[in-house]
Amino acid sequence: MAESASVPAIAPLRRGEDRPLPSIRRRQLREAAIRGVITLIALTGIAAVVLIFVFVAREALPLLTDPEVRGEASFGKLFLPQVLRPNRPPGFMWQPVSGVPKYSMIPLFVGTLKVTAVSMLVSVPVGIAAALFASEFAPPRLREVLKPVIELLAGIPSVVLGFFALMVMATWLQSAFGFSFRLNAVVAGLGLALTVIPVIFTVSEDALQAVPRAYREASLALGATRWETAFRVVLPAAAPGVLAGVVLGFGRSIGETMIVLMASGNAAITSWSLGDSVRTLPATIAAEMGEVVFGGAHYSVLFFIGVELFLFTFVLNALAAGFVKRLVRRMSGGKA
Amino acid sequence: MKRMLLALAALAAAVPALASAAVTVKGSDTMVILAQRWAEDYMNRNPGKKVQVTGGGSGTGIAALINGTTEIANASREMKADEKAKIRERYSVLPTEIPVAQDGVALYVNESNPISQLTVDQLHQIYVGDLTNWKQVGGPDQRIVLYSRENSSGTYVFFKEHVLKGDDYAPAAQTLPGTAAVVNAVAKEKGGIGYGGAAYAKGVKELKVVGKDGQAYAPSAENVKSGKYPLARPLFMYTRAKPAGEAKAFIDYCLSPEGQQLVTKVGYFPIK
Repeated sequence: MAESASVPAIAPLRRGEDRPLPSIRRRQLREAAIRGVITLIALTGIAAVVLIFVFVAREALPLLTDPEVRGEASFGKLFLPQVLRPNRPPGFMWQPVSGVPKYSMIPLFVGTLKVTAVSMLVSVPVGIAAALFASEFAPPRLREVLKPVIELLAGIPSVVLGFFALMVMATWLQSAFGFSFRLNAVVAGLGLALTVIPVIFTVSEDALQAVPRAYREASLALGATRWETAFRVVLPAAAPGVLAGVVLGFGRSIGETMIVLMASGNAAITSWSLGDSVRTLPATIAAEMGEVVFGGAHYSVLFFIGVELFLFTFVLNALAAGFVKRLVRRMSGGKA
Repeated sequence: MKRMLLALAALAAAVPALASAAVTVKGSDTMVILAQRWAEDYMNRNPGKKVQVTGGGSGTGIAALINGTTEIANASREMKADEKAKIRERYSVLPTEIPVAQDGVALYVNESNPISQLTVDQLHQIYVGDLTNWKQVGGPDQRIVLYSRENSSGTYVFFKEHVLKGDDYAPAAQTLPGTAAVVNAVAKEKGGIGYGGAAYAKGVKELKVVGKDGQAYAPSAENVKSGKYPLARPLFMYTRAKPAGEAKAFIDYCLSPEGQQLVTKVGYFPIK
């Protein structure tokens, strides 16, 4: 029985020895094709990023090349204080639709910075603490509920969060803190934090979960408490992942448009008070792009704002990547 | 069989004709409610005709008219010279301007505010940021919180020209995306002041404005029509050339007694 079965099995093997290539070559071809397709898809992603940047930068280029646009919005006018009204100290003003258009970037920078700072100040501690709790302290049953619920927060459309911030949070915060502006940097920043917390939480929680069990066991065996283990051992070991979450959250925060457009009041005030209304870079693009004269100075300035936002996130990502690299090297080899 | 083919061919020819029969109207957010009412009523009276209305702001509507993506542009301000030039450049015709209604730009304050009238000059000083407390105009000791519109709004430009005389808004003026948002904000803010169409004022107090004769006028129908209310403005429809065909039929309806009756119902003031 066994012999009769082995006879036909030898025959195809012999045939294979005569011409060993077809099946192998077919496999190689298929491998190459798959590799090609995957590379192409990856390159499409990169190409999209590069092309978007090139397009946005090209629309902002008249700021450098077109004399008419430069006359209206030179870099001095964008960044240095200007005389706005006679007999008043020079200041910064964003008022593009005007007899003499004013394109100062400073109030927009200050506004973006204030909103982003408020949202990060709230969401970094809350997001990381929540991740630490869910990963290290929560009973498994609670964690199973906690994680999807917080992640659901990331799925709420930002218009809805903006509406909530505008109608509900603004009123609460004004009656609690007595802001003279109902819509201000704090309201917008807290609204933003609602979208940033789940980003930081999700990425950090995954990073904490990925820390090997042996670290915790070793730490506990050496007599550390659960809190010491979580804070001094697990969190540092997961630091690169946690930092990646913070950077992602920052990117979300600086670029988020809808919540800020609805809840910040959109007044281009140059002040450090968090109770003042603010106008941010992305909200300015969203509010004004619909109506600008195609190819004019205002149009180019709005695209220039796009370039700035692009550069901010790019530089921050690069800094974070370098920092993570150093951190990993120090923790794994101690070479620093 | 042949007859059926013929019928099919006729149908095929008729379908694009029906689709192109929709008149597109785009522009001023102030006029959106009015234009939509007009369109509904017009379509009810003339079954088979279609009018599509969208907002976006006067500037957006005029840009669409220049780019050829709309047939009629609604505008709550007059077309600027460079916009007219662009139309002439592209289509070698001058745009036609048709006033279709009158609007008073009303000033809203919170209902708890005891102030009931201001002069145009006071409004000017308030909005450029020279007056920052209500007690400076005879009210309670409370900070004035300015609300304005986004700069794509025709009302923004109108207010800037007629009240600010071309000066810049104070940086502290918050810009909100729509008259309804301004009304809502002023209703919630004790020290708030905002401006917008008279049709929207629900839950806020409308200020009287002092006219040239030294008397204060509310933005009421007679004061706007007679021109006594200082902040009145015409609302326009613009077409590229002289309106013709479907667009003309719709505009004629808007100017008819039935159309003008709707103007009153929506809260603006008829032109005739």
